[in-house]
Amino acid sequence: MMRLPYFRYLAPRTVREAADLLAANPSDAMLVAGGTDVLPNMKRRQQVPGTLVGLRQVAELKGITNGDGLRIGAGITLTELVRHLQIPGPYAALRQAAVQVATPHLRNMGTLGGNLCLDTRCYYYDQNYEWRKAINFCMKKDGKTCWVATSSPKCLAVSSTDTAPALLALGATVTLVSAENTRDIALADLYRNDGIHYLTRLPTEILTAIDVPRLDGWRSTYWKLRRRGSFDFPVLSVAAALKLAPDGSVEAARIVLGAVASQPVEASAAAASLVGGRLTDGAIAHASELAAVPARPMDNTDFTLAWRKNVTPDFVTYALRELRGDDVSKLRLSVARQMV
Amino acid sequence: MQFKTGVKRDGTITGVHLKTLLDGGAYGSYGVASMFYTGALQTLTYHIPTYHFQGCRVFTNKPPCGPKRGHGTPQGRFGQEIQMDKIAEKLAIDPAELRLRIVEKPDTLTANYLQVSTTGLAECIRRVVAASDWKNRFRKLPRGSGLGLACSSYMSGAGLPIYYNDMPHSGVQLKLDRSGGVAAFFGTSDIGQGSDDVLVGCVAEILGIDPMDIRPVTGDTDLTPVDLGSYSSRVTLMMGNAAIQAAERAREFLAEAVSRKLEVPKGRLVFADRRVFDAEDPDKGVSFSEAVCLAEAIFGTLGTTGSYKPPKSTARYKGSGVGLSPTYSYTAAVVEVAVDESTGWIQVPRVWIAHDIGRALNPTLARGQVEGDVYMALGEALMEEQAFRRLPERLSHTLVHKFPSILEYKIPTTLDMPEVFTELVENPDPRGPFGAKEVGQGPLLPVMPAVANAVYDAIGVRIDEVPITPDKIFKALQAKAAGKSARYGPAHFPDVPWPETLQVPPPWEGGDGKAINAPPRPSKELTSKSHAPEVVRS
Repeated sequence: MMRLPYFRYLAPRTVREAADLLAANPSDAMLVAGGTDVLPNMKRRQQVPGTLVGLRQVAELKGITNGDGLRIGAGITLTELVRHLQIPGPYAALRQAAVQVATPHLRNMGTLGGNLCLDTRCYYYDQNYEWRKAINFCMKKDGKTCWVATSSPKCLAVSSTDTAPALLALGATVTLVSAENTRDIALADLYRNDGIHYLTRLPTEILTAIDVPRLDGWRSTYWKLRRRGSFDFPVLSVAAALKLAPDGSVEAARIVLGAVASQPVEASAAAASLVGGRLTDGAIAHASELAAVPARPMDNTDFTLAWRKNVTPDFVTYALRELRGDDVSKLRLSVARQMV
Repeated sequence: MQFKTGVKRDGTITGVHLKTLLDGGAYGSYGVASMFYTGALQTLTYHIPTYHFQGCRVFTNKPPCGPKRGHGTPQGRFGQEIQMDKIAEKLAIDPAELRLRIVEKPDTLTANYLQVSTTGLAECIRRVVAASDWKNRFRKLPRGSGLGLACSSYMSGAGLPIYYNDMPHSGVQLKLDRSGGVAAFFGTSDIGQGSDDVLVGCVAEILGIDPMDIRPVTGDTDLTPVDLGSYSSRVTLMMGNAAIQAAERAREFLAEAVSRKLEVPKGRLVFADRRVFDAEDPDKGVSFSEAVCLAEAIFGTLGTTGSYKPPKSTARYKGSGVGLSPTYSYTAAVVEVAVDESTGWIQVPRVWIAHDIGRALNPTLARGQVEGDVYMALGEALMEEQAFRRLPERLSHTLVHKFPSILEYKIPTTLDMPEVFTELVENPDPRGPFGAKEVGQGPLLPVMPAVANAVYDAIGVRIDEVPITPDKIFKALQAKAAGKSARYGPAHFPDVPWPETLQVPPPWEGGDGKAINAPPRPSKELTSKSHAPEVVRS
């Protein structure tokens, strides 16, 4: 049985207090919100912080405000987020992504901020200590080799967050607060294509809020590939957002792929190919082929990598057809095993 | 594994040759027994006049393994039932019709000397064919949707104990008290299947009392007689028969006492509604508790025992102890699949399954077992896999289990479960308690091959291995599009230096269950001498 290592738990009540605690223990402390990611990782000794700074009691992180857009506190649970986004609208992709994270129990605990900062995943990393030790560890923790591709100079662990591709498609920004500084950055700038240093967040910074701009005239959707209707992390996901003119032509488009690299990947060429034209079958097929080009799945998660690459255009097609207004409910039920 | 089946034009089987390799990891465990099961239970469903089995248990540097639901038989059943589908297509006979023509007859000794007592397989096939509207839908659904059919059989309890001895396999003690209650001591462990309820029901039925009048004490060898355990689908049949014997002995005491009191012949007494009464004059009777008091006054404290030992087999060849059972259950299943031809994505929307249980002692529990089987089988059919990877030689050369965790070892969730339509076929078996046969494992077996056969019906490709995953379907579709074999599965069976096969003439060729070419066994004396440790005296 895997047990948690000993650690000190601090329970600040304000962001300021939490930031000070992080600043006081820069090399030793980690943040914990819902704990659905960091606690299992600690049991497997992937992370062994001496101090956990808990964000559960920080009330400032728990608000959602509508105004000019949507401002979401990072401490909102995924269940609360889904409940808030019940009304259909331009933010549909975010609701669809959030409602497909893990299981109801884990969504009750896990937060939006936590899902955005989710550790990257890999068959050779998400294992217990003894297993990892038996292969002399991997590059991401305690070792030197990337076992997925042994000649790779960098870690290839997969970005497995559902909500990040959706929020990227919606053009979100995030707020990072440290004891000295507060900064707002585009969500895209939070990520790096490196399985180890996958976030640009400093160890002393707290992700406090997510801002989604007002998106009049936009529509969005999220499609997730996983083996089962629950539990599983994405092994491919497609978030797409479009702004359509009254005549049906595309004014603006964003397509983001998840779980195909160590960070969410924007398929900008595919999105650009749609702008100015209508969503004809041909245009969708062309964009789908372009979207699959930057996908670089590796052999470190469920299903074979060749197949995941092969079906990428199909999933982009599903998303674009849905945004065009096609009835994709049967397809959705088949892929997601539920209506989302 | 490799199947070779001889058939006539009308579908009659002339012979089957099965070769299997079993990768059991680095430890012996149940390996040899599991391998024998693969061979033994293939002969039960259809009449097979000649049968040749060769099995090899391979040791590899993989983790230890053990048997699971179906113990060694899902593998062979998968191969046989897919091959039946291929045979039916080649002979242009409907797969359901083909199977109906060749089902094994009741009261038959198979080629490998297993005693078929009753079989409701034909009825099972008819039921799933009707329920699924097979005749109007098989080969007629739109492309991408398909139906597949498969059958199976499983034993109702292993005929031999794990450690050889002549004692009973199950035992029961009953203690009757003056208040009309019965304490029942069973050695069985209810592992969630509901066996306590079934056993209490058997006693209550014989004594004509309510199950709530019975206080079961189970699974504690300080208090109860020995039972061999909850495995091999044996509990209802073996413990049920023992419970019935103990209850019948108790009823005998009560009937004697009530007969004397009421001056009614014993044979006319009825035990029902917590009373013992005259069948010809139901008002004339005593309550069950009075009956106990009357009997106790005559015989003293009342207690009885019952036990069960399976009938002996005539087979005397090496390996013939595996697969023996008092009787066998039968199952037929039709599975519907929906396959996306662009991605290979597979979904199972519906399963129809009919199970010959002999008699369902508790239909709710029995259905629960059948549906649990379907669930577990779909995991095997679509997801479950232990994948290994050899790390590069220059760096490690270690063989690693790719995902030794339950998060990555996929089994279906409730969202992945199809609609399941369950039918219980009741054809009481004289060897079962009130006619009951097993239900715990048999219904799992036909589901995996039925999924594979349905995939073929849907898109015309054969996936000859489990799990049947979207990526394998995708590859088979690509091969088909490229004009290659529209099949995914092992390409050949490796060469194995087999020892000489034991030849056992089947019953219809005058066989007596012995091998005609068995090598002589070394005498016991020689064996014990060669292993005796040397004693050194000083």
